[in-house]
Amino acid sequence: MTRFVDIWVYLATTPLLGLTITLVAYVAGDWIYRRANMHPLLNPVLLAVLALMAVLLATGTPYTTYFEGAQFVHFLLGPATVALAVPLYFNLAKLRRLWLPLLGGLIAGSLTAAVSAVGIAWLFGGSKQTLLSLAPKSVTAPVAMGIAEKLGGLPSLTAILVVSTGILGAVLGPVVLNLLRVSDQATRGFALGVTSHGIGTARAFQESEQAGAFSGLAMGLNALVTALLLPLLAHLISFG
Amino acid sequence: MLNAITVLLLFQLVGEVLTQLFHLPIPGPVLGMALLFLALFFPKFLPEELRQTAQALLQHLSLLFVPAGVGILQHLHRVEREWLPITLALVLSAVITVAVTALTVRALVRLTHAGDRTEKRA
Repeated sequence: MTRFVDIWVYLATTPLLGLTITLVAYVAGDWIYRRANMHPLLNPVLLAVLALMAVLLATGTPYTTYFEGAQFVHFLLGPATVALAVPLYFNLAKLRRLWLPLLGGLIAGSLTAAVSAVGIAWLFGGSKQTLLSLAPKSVTAPVAMGIAEKLGGLPSLTAILVVSTGILGAVLGPVVLNLLRVSDQATRGFALGVTSHGIGTARAFQESEQAGAFSGLAMGLNALVTALLLPLLAHLISFG
Repeated sequence: MLNAITVLLLFQLVGEVLTQLFHLPIPGPVLGMALLFLALFFPKFLPEELRQTAQALLQHLSLLFVPAGVGILQHLHRVEREWLPITLALVLSAVITVAVTALTVRALVRLTHAGDRTEKRA
């Protein structure tokens, strides 16, 4: 047993372990997801995150140690975001046809995300700092943290709310879209992107390349629109 | 593959530099995506290689969010005291936002006749 602990302690100091357990957890999560006929509740990100949390807690490994290895995966988020331009370009014809409905959906979705979250938390007794940190939760993390700071929220709290919203939207979003019988791939992807930024986009790519393309578009536009609208809205409310 | 990765990183870098320089309210990679999208309109800018690399990266986009997801662990204590309003707000708001966005798009498609009949499946 002590041998095992020694080996773990040794490995924990190299990036290899964090990187490998991230891939193992994801591959296992993806396998379970596919075995269960892609049941939305068995989302591979959710499964991998829960499994890794359990491992870190059980072994007492700090997150920073884990991240030394996991950062190599995390880093690829940047180039992957840039790469979203490629599938979008291949859906240009549809984008040209749908730009007006999408713009309407973007503004409605952006406002709904902020107002519903703040309203519900307020109703159940959330503190002011929590309300302000919640407002940008549907926006991609770096922008959301900037908005929260501007509003007087807590950026580190916003970061966890953003990631949680991403996972929740990726898990529950397709269920809601199925109930509403939304079958158009562009509309499905766009709704997932507005609600759940990049994690919703990743989920949309599992449905089709078109859904993913419009989801990535929604993520980018929602960051821009929320960054412009939310400080304005907060200003109006505080003076209203 | 190497050329394509270099192109993606270059656009990310330009995006990061421009957002910092002009204090833009969007992240560098998102601006990089917008710039690459515009660049694709130039004929022959998109070699097959870039298409394949983009596809490979995006196919496993979910994986790339796992490290950030595990990061929730670090800040779990922040939600302990107000877990009920936060959980209810996140769950209900996600459901409402997906529904409102999709229904708005669908209603506007019908209103403007922007939908294409050939692609409808249900």
